[in-house]
Amino acid sequence: MPSPAYHAPDTIEQAVALLAGDAGARPLSGGTDLIVQMRSGRTAPSSLVDLKRIAGMKGIRASPDGGFAIGAATPCTALKDDKALSAAWPGVVEAANLIGSVQVRNRATMAGNLCNASPAADSVPALVAAGATCLVAGPSGTREVPVEEIPAAPGRTSLQPGEFVAEIRLPAQKGSDAYLRSIPRTEMDIAVVGAGVSLVVDANGTCTAARVSIGAVAPTVLLVEDAGAALVGSKFDDAALDRMAEAVRAACKPIADKRGTVEYRTAMAGVLAKRVVKIALERAGVSA
Amino acid sequence: MSKLLVSTTVNGDPQQFLCDPDTTLLDALREEMGLTGSKEGCGSGDCGACTVVLDGEMVCSCLVLAPEAEGRQIATIEGVAEGSQLHPVQRKFLEHGALQCGFCTPGFIMASKALLDRNPNPSESEVRYWLAGNLCRCTGYDKIVRAVMDAAAELRQDRRTAA
Repeated sequence: MPSPAYHAPDTIEQAVALLAGDAGARPLSGGTDLIVQMRSGRTAPSSLVDLKRIAGMKGIRASPDGGFAIGAATPCTALKDDKALSAAWPGVVEAANLIGSVQVRNRATMAGNLCNASPAADSVPALVAAGATCLVAGPSGTREVPVEEIPAAPGRTSLQPGEFVAEIRLPAQKGSDAYLRSIPRTEMDIAVVGAGVSLVVDANGTCTAARVSIGAVAPTVLLVEDAGAALVGSKFDDAALDRMAEAVRAACKPIADKRGTVEYRTAMAGVLAKRVVKIALERAGVSA
Repeated sequence: MSKLLVSTTVNGDPQQFLCDPDTTLLDALREEMGLTGSKEGCGSGDCGACTVVLDGEMVCSCLVLAPEAEGRQIATIEGVAEGSQLHPVQRKFLEHGALQCGFCTPGFIMASKALLDRNPNPSESEVRYWLAGNLCRCTGYDKIVRAVMDAAAELRQDRRTAA
């Protein structure tokens, strides 16, 4: 098999030109999925466009509106080292730091996790719950896309030819967030089920906004709008939590494999969703 | 496709090598530079046997392409001892019998040293979580964890003596 070409452009425009000029080109950031897929023969790109030398692709910038812009080539461990980001979005930072080992997290990126489009990607449900968006660069300029619209199917994204994710944007934190996954081991495993939540609670303890997401229980990570709606207006009483969990279970369309049955994954999605709500409430200073 | 010329620094020494664009850093270290201390276990980032430190952060060298090393600093197991003087982590692995076949050992040493370089006083639980990306099929993990804890104690002692 011929070896692919390797490019390390300095600008987003050069990267777009390289990707748009070769239908078999693939962007390379952390490479923790792509290199393994190349070695196993699952993919054979004709060229690799390494994004890591582009200024601004590595690092976290606080936005004037209180949000954050995370360069697509920022490794997961760098998220943890950023105190302001960790304080504002602990669920997102924790989710990204459940991926693989320290060695892997020193390379792996959230943008790569998103564009690898695994239904079990750990950082993606947390980003979806957070209401994160992507800055997508492509031949016709840049566009901003909600994170949940990027994965189209297992291993496939909605990105057009020549496009790549340049930045992940988190809005200003108005409440709190959390992510949990279920795995048979304590580390180094793929989520059997994952659930993320982002909540806003007013001074009376009433939920004014909620986004609930689930992973590994459908072909793509899902935003479960009905689950968020079940919490809004409630004070997180048992009835509201049960309605939320029911909406989560109704959204599940999991596969059954040796790691979990359909019934287990569906039931567990509801359990994890309740747990993440409780963690997010604790973080918001509300006792549940 | 013509080969790429990559200029890098390995264990403090400038190194140049030629490689195909999809050569891994692990293969370049072993085959182009003759540094066979880093081992290939899984080739997919699961076992940690190929752990090196790239620009100060430990990574699986099987998950890095060799051309990515252009202009970067790489530290490998070959650079851990100073001449014939073993690093405390290496010495404690020997004293505690923390290796049998030794295939995983270079990766464990690199990861353990990376931990102690940033945190000379880890709890046992921190050591175990830090080393979760390194697999050992022979010794099991207890002796390794004890060796790392003991090396940490010695490094703290050395630091106090030096101060």
